This record gives sequence, C-alpha cells and structure tokens, in this order.
Amino acid sequence: MSAPLHVTLTVNGETLSRLIEPRETLADFLRRDLGLTGTHTGCEMGVCGACLVLLDGVPVHACLIFAVQAAGANIATVEGLTESAAVTDLQRAFHERNALQCGFCTPGMLIAAQGLLDRTPMPSRAEIRDALSGNYCRCTGYEAIVDAIETVARKRAAGEAAPRFAEEPA
Amino acid sequence: MNAPLGSLDRPNSYIGRAVTRPNAKRLLVGRGRYVTDLTLPRMLHAAFLRSPYAHARIASIDAEAARAMPGVRLVATGADLAKLCAPWVGTLDHFTGMKSAPQWPLPLEEVLWSGQAVVAVVADTRAQAEDAVEAVLVAFEELPVVADIDAAREAGANRAAAGIEDNLCFRSRLDTGGIDAIFAGAAHVVEEEFHFGRHTAVTLEPRAILADWDASEGKLTVHHATQTPYQFQDLYSRHYGIPEASVRVIAPDIGGSFGMKLHVYHEDMAVIGLSLLCRRPVKYVADRMESFVSDIHARDHRVRARMAVDAGGTILAMDVDDVTAIGAFSAYPRTSAVEGNQVIRLMGAPYGFRNYRAELAVVFQNKVQTSQYRAVGHPIACTVTERLIDMAAVRAGLDPAAMREKNLIPDDAYPCSSPTGYRFEALSHQASLAKLKALMDYDGLRAEQAALRARGVYRGIGLAAFVEISNPSPAFYGIGGARISAQDGATLSITPSGEVRCLISVTEQGQGTETIIGQIVADQLGVAREKVRVVTGDTETTPHGGATWACRGAGIGGETALQAARRLRDNVLALAAAILQARPGDLDLRDGLIVDALSGAERIRLAEVARIAYFRSDTLPPDASAQLSITHHYAPQGYPFAFTNGIQGCHVELDVETGLVKILKHWVVEDCGRIINPLLVDEQVRGGVVQGLGAAFFEECRYDAGGQLTNGSLADYLVPMAGEMPDIVVGHIETPTADTALGAKGCGEAGTAAAAAAALNAVNDAMAPFGASIAQIPMTPARLLKSFGKI
Amino acid sequence: MVTNLDGNAAREFGALKARAFDYIRPATVAEALAAFAEAEGDASYIAGGQSLVPALALRLQAPARLIDIGHIAALRGIAVEDGWLRLGALTRHVEAHDHPLIAAHAPLLALAAPHVAHPAIRNRGTLGGSVALADPASEFPAMMLAMEAEIEIAGPAGTRRVPAETFFQDLYQTALEPGELLAALHIPVAQPEHRCAFDEIARRRGDYALVGCGIRLALPRDRVEEARIAFLAVGPTPMRARAAETALAGARLDADAIARAQAALAQDLDPPEDSEVPPAMRLHLSRVLLGRLLGRLRGQIAEAA
Repeated sequence: MSAPLHVTLTVNGETLSRLIEPRETLADFLRRDLGLTGTHTGCEMGVCGACLVLLDGVPVHACLIFAVQAAGANIATVEGLTESAAVTDLQRAFHERNALQCGFCTPGMLIAAQGLLDRTPMPSRAEIRDALSGNYCRCTGYEAIVDAIETVARKRAAGEAAPRFAEEPA
Repeated sequence: MNAPLGSLDRPNSYIGRAVTRPNAKRLLVGRGRYVTDLTLPRMLHAAFLRSPYAHARIASIDAEAARAMPGVRLVATGADLAKLCAPWVGTLDHFTGMKSAPQWPLPLEEVLWSGQAVVAVVADTRAQAEDAVEAVLVAFEELPVVADIDAAREAGANRAAAGIEDNLCFRSRLDTGGIDAIFAGAAHVVEEEFHFGRHTAVTLEPRAILADWDASEGKLTVHHATQTPYQFQDLYSRHYGIPEASVRVIAPDIGGSFGMKLHVYHEDMAVIGLSLLCRRPVKYVADRMESFVSDIHARDHRVRARMAVDAGGTILAMDVDDVTAIGAFSAYPRTSAVEGNQVIRLMGAPYGFRNYRAELAVVFQNKVQTSQYRAVGHPIACTVTERLIDMAAVRAGLDPAAMREKNLIPDDAYPCSSPTGYRFEALSHQASLAKLKALMDYDGLRAEQAALRARGVYRGIGLAAFVEISNPSPAFYGIGGARISAQDGATLSITPSGEVRCLISVTEQGQGTETIIGQIVADQLGVAREKVRVVTGDTETTPHGGATWACRGAGIGGETALQAARRLRDNVLALAAAILQARPGDLDLRDGLIVDALSGAERIRLAEVARIAYFRSDTLPPDASAQLSITHHYAPQGYPFAFTNGIQGCHVELDVETGLVKILKHWVVEDCGRIINPLLVDEQVRGGVVQGLGAAFFEECRYDAGGQLTNGSLADYLVPMAGEMPDIVVGHIETPTADTALGAKGCGEAGTAAAAAAALNAVNDAMAPFGASIAQIPMTPARLLKSFGKI
Repeated sequence: MVTNLDGNAAREFGALKARAFDYIRPATVAEALAAFAEAEGDASYIAGGQSLVPALALRLQAPARLIDIGHIAALRGIAVEDGWLRLGALTRHVEAHDHPLIAAHAPLLALAAPHVAHPAIRNRGTLGGSVALADPASEFPAMMLAMEAEIEIAGPAGTRRVPAETFFQDLYQTALEPGELLAALHIPVAQPEHRCAFDEIARRRGDYALVGCGIRLALPRDRVEEARIAFLAVGPTPMRARAAETALAGARLDADAIARAQAALAQDLDPPEDSEVPPAMRLHLSRVLLGRLLGRLRGQIAEAA
C-alpha cells in the first residue's frame, strides 16, 4: 500500500497537484519531479543545510520532510525567491563579497540568512555565525558569508532596496 | 600591495583587480548545473552493495532475487565488469620499488576495506536500486585485518591484500650525511612524536558521475564531477578500449573538489561498464554515508622527528622518520605515496639549515585508500618543523618570532636549494614575518597574554612559516609514466561580432579559474571583460591539458591564456594593418578598438575587423591572413616547481577545565607572486585556513581495531562550521616568478599548509604555564584534558 | 544482505533512500490510534520527523506505514491552566525559544532551546517528538525531569499522565506502549522563588553535547529549599542528579555547597563507554558544568540581593 498519493501544494507561488510516492523526500520531489535543482542535497540527514527551503515562510530541511507531508504547505525555493526578488540583496552581497566558491551550499545559505534576518533584523557577527551553525561550507571559510549577511542587515535597516539580481551586470 | 603587470590606468587593465565572478551569478540564483542535477532520457541509477568487513574473501554472490525486483535493469559483479575493463596499478616509475595490488572496478575475490563496493545494481530509480541491493545475498569469509602501522611492517605480518608480498608500499631515504655527529655535538636537541589524524575532503557535493554509452556511434560521454577531465578521458579510453577521440568527459559545475575528485574510484570505473552493459545512461551519486567509506582519505602520519640547534638558537639539522598508512593499495593514477614524499621533502623548507636525514615508510592496511587532498603533505611537514622550532626556541631562550627571524632563509639569499633538493627561485620569508608581526600586533598580543595569565585566562599565540609547491612541471607525474599533463592549452577566437571566446583546459570548481582567465584575456587583448566568454571542462571543446590541481590554474593556465592572447592580438593587429594599410607596430588594441598606438585615436573597431574577416574576405588584400582563432599550449620550463611562501599566526584561548579551545583570530601573510584578483586570492586563503583549522581541532576518520570507520557520517565526522571559526586577516607580499610573463604562482593550498601548525603552536603556548604539551591533531578536548592530567 | 560464513548478518552501507511505506494523515487522535491498530504494529507516528526521517533514510527503521500526526488540532496549543503549563505535543522547538508563556512558566525550556540542533531543525522539530524519542543526549527530555513535568499519553484505553521521572525508562525506552501517542507535556508553572540555569558543553554549536545540565533551585530566601538537577548525555536516559540535589538542599549556595554537589555527581551519573569521550571525561565535564551553573546562579542571587 505504498502507492503514490495525490498531493496538492504550493511551490514558488504556484499551486500544483502531483502523484507522489510517499517515500520521496521534499528535496527529491523538488529536484526530480519539478526540476528545481537549486535545492541541493549534501547529506540527506539534516546536518549540512544545503537543502534548506522556506516552508510556510520559515527555513526547513527539504531532506527531512517527505513530500506528502508538505501537502497544503507553501514552499519557496531559491528559484522562487529569485523570481520574487525576495533575496536579491543577499544574492548581490554574496556576489560582491565573493561569499561563495563552488556554490553548492549557497542556496541553503541564502535561505538560512533570510530566516535569520526575518527573526533578527540586526544580528551581531556572533549571531550570524550562530544562525549558520547548521550550514556547512567547505570552500569559503565562512567569513565572507558573514560579511555579506552583515552588509545586507545594515542595508535593509537603512531601507535600501536592490534591483533584481539576475539582470544586474556581472 | 599588488604589483600590476602593466599600468592599471589604461582601459581593460584587469590583471590585479578585485573583480567579481561572472559565473557565480548562476550559482546564486539556483541555476548551477552540477552532475547531481543532470537527467538524461532513459537514464538509470546505480547503487552498490558494500563490504561490511575490512578484509574478506567473497564466498558467494546470489543476485537472483535482486534481479526480479521492481525497476531493476542489471545486477553486475566484479567478474562481469572485468570482462570489459583492464585493471589498474597505482604506482609511478620514478618511485623506485613502489608496489600495489591490481584493482578492478568491483573485486573479483577479495575485499580490502570496509565499505568497498562489491556488487552493482542498476534500476530505474535510486530508491529501487537501493531496495534491490538489500536483496542481493553475499557471503564473506573474513580474513585477518591489517590495521596497525607497526604490526603491518613486522616480518611475517598478515598482508593487507593478496597481490602484494608485504605491507610496505614504498620507502624513501634522504641523507645529507653526518647527522648523528651533528646531533651528538649540538647544544640543544628537541624531539617529539607527532600524530596526524586521517582526514577526508567532505566536498558538499558528493562524487557524481553520469556515463552515457551510445553504441550506435561507439561513443562514450561521461558527465563527471572531476577536476581533471582529460586525465579521465585517457583512463576511460585505455581501460575500456574505446578510442580516445570517442570518449568525451564533461566536468560541469562542481560542488567542491580539493584534490579528492581527481582519483580513480572503483564505482566510477564501474559506472562506465554499467552504461556499456545497459547501453543506456547510468548515473551514480555517492551518498554521504558512501562518501565517508569510499572518497580518498588523507594524512594519517606518525612522525618521529628531532631538531639540533646551537647555543645561539641556529638550527643545525633535522632528523625525521615518517610512517604513513594509505589503505590496502595505492591510489591510481597519482598514487598514495606522493603525500609522504612531499612530507619528507618539505620539512624545514623555510629555514636555512643544510643537514637533513629522513626516512619514509608508506604502509598498506585495510582502510580506505588515501591520496592527494588539498596541501598534500604540507601540513605535516609544516607542523613538525614549526613545533620543533617552538620547542627549540624555549631551549635557546628565544621568543618564537625571534627564533624564526634568526633561522628563516634571508630574502636576499635566492636562488638557493633546500637540503632535500628543492630549488627556490625567490621567496620572501623575512618580509612575510615582518608583515605578519605588524598585522597581528605581535608584541601587543604577548603583553596582553601575560596580563591575562595573571587573571587565569590562558591564551596562546602560534606562528608557522611555510613553503608551498605550485605550478608543477612534468617532473611531477609525467616523468613517472603517468599520463597527467603538465601543460595547458587554450583556443582563443574573435567572434564575427568582435567578441572573444576562450576555450581552455584548466577547470573551475569555484576558485575563480574562469574569472582570472577572462581577466587575463581581456587585459591582454584590450577588450572589455564582458566581451570574453570562457569555456572550461569539456574534452570535446577545449584543448588537452592538465586542468586544475597543485595550484596550477593561475600560474600555468593563466600563462597559457596570456601567451595565447598575445598571439591572437598580433594576428588581429596584422589583419587590421592590412585593412588599414598601416604597420602592425603602429597599432594597438584598446577597449575593443584598433587605435593608433601613439595618439590613441580610433582607427577601426575590432568588430569591424571581424566582420570583414568573416564575411567580406573578398575585400582583403591578397596576402592578408585572417587568423582570428588560435590554439596555444604552454608548459612550465625553468624551475620544476614555482614555490610560494608565507607565514600564519593563530590566537587561541584555552578553557583549561573543559579542553575546549576558542580560536580568537588567525592571520596569514602569503606570497603567491603576481596576484591576478585579490578578492579571489583572499578567499582561497581563508577557505584553506579553515580546512587546516578543521584538521587541527575537529576532523578525524576514526577506526576501531577491526578496520571499521566509527564516525562515517556528517553528524559524527566534525567539519569546521561558522560558529567555531575565526575571522581571518590576510596580507600579501608579491614576488612574481620570472619564469613566466604573468609571474603568478599558486595560492589555493597556502591556507591549509600552515593553519594546523600555527594552531598547534598556539595551543601549546597557552598550555605552557602548566608544563603540558600536545603533538597530535586534531586537538580534541579529550586529548587536551589528558595532556593536563585532568582525566 | 551480507553475512559471514557462519550466516551472521553484518551492517550494511549505502542507503539514504527510505524503504517504501504507506502514508496516512489522520485528523484526530482517535483516527491516528485506529490507523496504528490497523497496521498491526508495523507503523510509526511522525510529527516533525527531524529524527525519524534520517532513521528511515538510513533504513535503520522501516515501518510499513507512516501516520502523520502533524495536523491533529488536539495536539497543538500552549496554555496555562490550574498551575500547569500545557504544551501540545506539536509545539515546535522554535516556540520553546520564542513563546512568552514558555519563557514565563517554563524558563528552562527557553534556556535550553537555543542549544537544540540548528535553526531549521528547531523550526520543524516538536517538543513531543523529542520527549517521545527520549534521546539521552537531547535537551528537552532532561528538562522534563528538572521541571517535574508530566507526560500526557493517548492510547486505545484513553489518556493517562505519567511523571517524567517514570516516563524515561532506559535507552530510547519510555512509558509509551506500542501504538500510544504522546499528546501533551504538562509542566508545573515556575514559582517566584525558582532560579533556573541551563548550559551544555559541545564541541560545535548545535552538536550533541558532551554533557548538558539544567537546574531549578527553589530558593525562597538565602537557603536552597529544593534543588532539581538534570543532566543529558551522561547515561542511558536523561539523568537526575539526586545526590547533588541532596547536597544542596537546605544549604546556602556557597563555594562549599557547590563543591559538595560537584563531588556527589559520582553517585548520580553513569556515563556510557565511548572511545572518543571516556566516562571519566564526561564525569569531569559534568562537575565543571555544574560548578559553573551553580556559580552563575550564585552570582545572580548576589546581584539581586
């Protein structure tokens, strides 16, 4: 009785219905069924943070939720947050500060940062590092990421908006 | 300070500028294309049954039930794949006497480590493949496990693998002579036994490969998360008997590599065969649990070392015995002996002493294979040397910084050689130390340390100077018979619209290779950076080359791009001169315009030259040659390696009751020669430091006596995370190599080379008031508490 | 399946995709219990799933049915009634961190919450799930002991309340019978004379602690009337340090009393054998941590006086 179930959920603002095998994680569903490969899987057990998505507005591990559990939920991935320009300033700050190298952790970092700034608009550097305690990056050494998030916190506090990241020149 | 190659004021002067990475934007918006993301029509998924035993004979395999499982397309054993794939042996000819047992994609009779893949299952989905793996029945006959490095070398010891006569893979000796007498007569001798834990790379994207055999064309296309696509094109071609030109290896976006993704892995070789057998695309992504038991490990050295010093603190000699355990066979094609070889050759490299003796033993045991991982051998040589120097400084009554000032090779003493045979062109140890002391406020920190100690706060300051190997010549692998190129190639074209395409053999894993190549090409051609498109990572489109390892991207890849751009520029100006009826020498290319070299006045747009060349060649003078594409190769000549140098400082606070260490701050001054992009160099250094600090405090593959890895998950193998890592101050000295026009050397391993050494010295400095010391990394709370006698 | 020649099965590697299961999302507790009964024991409840999903992915557990209790309204809610704070089982870790009623009435939960894993785990993980799993290294189960909480259990025979003291029985073993559901946590509200402290020693932020400790002292005037001390990661279950509590009872919170409490821990704790963290080290760290926490409380009291 592990037949696929009809599941309706909202992903990046679009409500969709799919047949989903119960054992498929939300991460695999997003990546495989919807082609939203910006959500990465680095450990599949909730310790690396590469698969973070927003579920009803807060960061969660997409590898620690079966997609069927997300029925009725509202999911936002890095693709959707890019489209809606919600994390444009973070993307720009990461780019300017070179706060990414291989980029595999980056979508998770952006979502962790967004979650942090929603709760704590002006975090200290120690608070930023603490908020990233579940996000592993092997490349950068973290400092540039902390710098970028700190920059965005200041800019958001000052009410500075950023233009859409994707259309900005490199 | 950043020495420009030319004037930074002219248009398109990009070399030396901190510019952002154009290719990072797609990664930021979720449009990265990693092998893990790729899907091909009719693609299948592989999973592997793995040995639970560290050493065993395969008694029987029963795949009947598994073959009948839903979605299963193929179950393959070692015998099935051995019919297709020739075995490999991981030795190099110039490592005399080296031996290793031959390897097949899947074992035929004997498993050599716990976690080795034994049976492959190919199914429609990964979950189905994993279901079927559970249904394969394998019976093993357990064999004696070789785990201990000393027991392994005893006469008559059990062998780690059947195909070798004993457990000594390789040994090497260096001796400048008279060492015993020097030690006997020295004013001070310090000695220590060091232990370096096994680490592994833990790239965030695990190993991933997607092989697609097209029988109709006889063509193999492999999407492979690797640093070295050409090396794998060669290997897949030769081991599977497919013509080289019919093998295409594509390395798209790669989620971290650090040396780990340039070795042959049994599963990867198997996946090629699985695609051949299924005649469909087959994908395999190591999951994290598999990564820990199949990615190469590194380090795992026990070093007994001593240093002789005269009464004034001048180093007289070092004497080193290094034993390293590498797994049951040597990795292919780069071997598992390079690390040990570099350990004994890099010992004491920053210092001017002339007398040296070293013995290296590379030993087989039933664990995961070890091989090259970021800063191969450097952290071990650096830690041993730098700790002994601190110990000697105490005996000589010198401050650690003063001890180094006394013994570092003077900046005006180059060129010179190390007692181990390395030739140094020009290094800057003294300038680096002076700069580091200023950056740290070294004297201020010492004063603060003394004041805090009086209040029961134990801080420590550690220094570690280093030499890094970069830009290896064919003396590294080619001489040993390995088909690993020391040269790189670039194809550079002006497009019909006057833009530039650069297809180059160095590859990108996020360090910014494409960015610096674009900077160099734009700079040398005189066009805007936005007009240059750099393409890497595809053997079908880019010329053959060594690709990215040993910090060769900037030094060798960059020089290749520079020389190619200069040649293309000459072609452009010759053509423009023909069109303009001018002399090429009177023209220059600036900002996409051909200008009068003296006045700067515009003569013709580059786009117009290209338009004429491609579409109106009928209007060109008869002797004009419109060569707007060129291919150029460059290999290092002159020095066999471009050595770099630097020094690091680490500041820690030790909680003497818990054994926890807070890393307060870390400093690096490094000299990688010409800096092409300071933004990228600084972050390479920071990332490298954090990998070194991870090794110093957290990372270790722990094994039990039966050869079982006991912490093989990302929850149990502790990688460095943001909360425990410090801010890192980076400074530079620039001593460009004169071997190239560009003058760049490597910078990717500098951070990792000395971070653990600086940290170990800092912790020992913090413990000094208690008379305690530690000579083992990682410095875990348990080890630190033991060193204090608290537990 | 892998075996040796004697037919003994060995551990297997490599799975990170769960075995197939069927999925049911009941709307009420009664439906959930019925769904479990129907599966004849081969089922698991899932709420936040932050511990269960990895276990399923690794195929360490493989129930035929997963019953998602995450949408049962009766398992939600945070309220104070008759001197008790009731936390529905689905209360998320992040609420322990943020909710004003929890801060006011169960301060140990609020103090412990920032140490529980990482922010994204706390957004999803539930208090009920954490207590039901009863990981001896987890923060919330130990705090149940320190706070004298009672655990509300729903089962086929109705609901019952079990004191935390008897709820935690052995390694991952609790008073929950197969098929029973943890419905709510009941915590006696903090009293004005309560002084609470929590901390833990971990190698990295969010890691399982080497040792952790929560303390609730009843300190109406200058003497400790009652001490409740609970440790995590030092035994097969969350551990109360009764001998240390006794050492403090009736005493002034001075250096002598703190030293007596530290010494008494040898009678209280039974750290597990562990090649990386030997028992003697956990005992040592427990003493250090207890001393620091009591010292911190002593400092707060002195400041308030």
